[in-house]
Amino acid sequence: MGERKYNLTDEEKSKVKSLVSFTSYFLFSCLAIISIVTYIMLWYVPEINTATNDQIVEDKVENGIDLSTGLIADEGYKMVKQQCISCHSSKLIIQNRATKEGWTNIIQWMQETQNLWDLGKNEEIIVNYLAKNYAPDEQGRRKPLENIDWYVLKQ
Amino acid sequence: MIKKDRKGIHELYSIDPIEADKLLWGRETDSSRRGFLKKTALATMGTFLGAEIAFANTMPAGLIPASLISDEPFLIPGKHAGLVILNDKPINAETPPHLLNDIITPADKLFVRNNGLVPENIDVNNWILTIEGESAKEKKTFTLEELKSNFKHYTYQLTLECGGNGRNEFNPPAKGNQWSLGAVGCPEWTGARLKDVLQSIGVKDDAVYIGYYGKDIHLSQNPDKVVISRGVPVKKAMEDESLIAWSMNNEEIPVMNGYPLRLIFGGWPGSTSGKWLHKIVIRNKIHDGPKMEGASYRVPCNFVSPGSEIDNEDMCIIESMPVKSLITYPKSGAVINDGTFLKVNGHAWAGDYKVSEMQISIDFGSTWQKCELKSPKNRHAWQQWNANVNFPKKGYYEVWARATDSNRKSQPMVVPGWNPKGYLNNACHRIAVKVV
Ligand code: HEC
Repeated sequence: MGERKYNLTDEEKSKVKSLVSFTSYFLFSCLAIISIVTYIMLWYVPEINTATNDQIVEDKVENGIDLSTGLIADEGYKMVKQQCISCHSSKLIIQNRATKEGWTNIIQWMQETQNLWDLGKNEEIIVNYLAKNYAPDEQGRRKPLENIDWYVLKQ
Repeated sequence: MIKKDRKGIHELYSIDPIEADKLLWGRETDSSRRGFLKKTALATMGTFLGAEIAFANTMPAGLIPASLISDEPFLIPGKHAGLVILNDKPINAETPPHLLNDIITPADKLFVRNNGLVPENIDVNNWILTIEGESAKEKKTFTLEELKSNFKHYTYQLTLECGGNGRNEFNPPAKGNQWSLGAVGCPEWTGARLKDVLQSIGVKDDAVYIGYYGKDIHLSQNPDKVVISRGVPVKKAMEDESLIAWSMNNEEIPVMNGYPLRLIFGGWPGSTSGKWLHKIVIRNKIHDGPKMEGASYRVPCNFVSPGSEIDNEDMCIIESMPVKSLITYPKSGAVINDGTFLKVNGHAWAGDYKVSEMQISIDFGSTWQKCELKSPKNRHAWQQWNANVNFPKKGYYEVWARATDSNRKSQPMVVPGWNPKGYLNNACHRIAVKVV
């Protein structure tokens, strides 16, 4: 390629300069906006929070409990966070107690009737975690009254 | 690549909370730094939380919505702060018995049971109720105005109870929201009789069941997926007290409870009383919408041993709810002085039947004392009872309440027959009392 030379006047030079700086400013702004939007979307848009998400929220653990979900931070809980809390909150999981078979049945029921996807190899991790940490407690036909909050009754 | 963790939100809020509000939600407040200047910002934040924000106009600026970070207290729009939240997505909440002391349950104290997400952008002016189905003589639609002007209005006080109320006591544990005692209420409902509306269309002789469709949104966000579509046999639909209701306690029905239109079948599982009602189908067979099938709102036709596996064909649809009662005063945990009487009161109800007797025991069911019992205001309304209790000496007591219905059926003292989904627990309500 041959070398070419242009001779520009000062006025032309300053025009080019301002054009270049405007364009780069514009492109930079667009980029910034796009990345902010993507950043936000990646946290919150529910459709994206599916199986492909490797980590939805920070795993901050205190006293063995994952703070953002209330799940017991035992082996496998991150998988539960990935797969199980996009439709309903973790509260629905935490209130339930079941054996391995029982948890498998709950998952199967959601797959058959509630649009839950195939969990593949992850199912075993999830079921093992749930059956260990959310297992039925031994209890009789009726428990003693619990958490009684005593107060002086003024009649 | 940006790390997809929640740290960002904390960082943003710690650097400049007001800016973070604006950046994340487009939220701007006025100089009071409360409320939302732009409605869209509130909606954005609400969408991400899966709910409307309670007290939006006083929500301080620069505050991370609690449910985004942890299970800190979460308030439901229009509901009393004392409700116990079982789940924030979908929203499910029950009312502790001591907050149910009103004869007519106020709107803020009526429990919330959602299977899906509450519909957004409800447009009452364009709300259409369609009635169709293979056993309908024709297909017809009504606007809310047409319903209100074409049909006679009726008001009844009707008991609404979730079929799973009391689920938390079953063993082996039953799946679902772990309701304890307070998924029940008895407001006053106003609307058209379902039978008047059905008869204006014409019901064919082969009609068996009616089913409803509502505008709630499936948790998977799939707009074509029906959340729940149940119903009742035609006989129940044709009762005088079966309503298409547009008003509760003389006000609009709370959004959480089905605004602007819902069905009400007093004394039957709440799930039969479809919310955000937009379609009724008249069927020539038992309706087969989602949650009519399998173990949903069904119990074994014959009693089974706890934990049994039951074939679908051996499960029967729940119809009338069983006899039950609550002690709504005093709140459990009352400490009283030796030698004083304790006034105790509450409500009792019995599905399609009437409560004929009410008793309490303070000695763990050894002896029972009869209570004063009022008649229901109308069929399916709960009945009020009260008693004066004298405790013989100091100590720990439990007051147990037991209602008996017009079929001589009483509440059991232990948890009744086990069933896979934990429905119909009508065991006696118990409160603790200490005499010092
Ligand atoms: C595609 C959406 C979706 C996902 C993902 C999902 N669920 Fe569910 N789940 C539902 C729906 C819908 C219900 C029924 C809610 C209702 O009717 O109250 C439900 C109910 C439940 C229940 C209550 C069971 C019952 O019988 O009502 C439990 C427990 C549960 N889910 C656990 C899980 C676990 C564990 C995972 C992860 C493997 C998971 N869910 C993932 C949609 C989902």
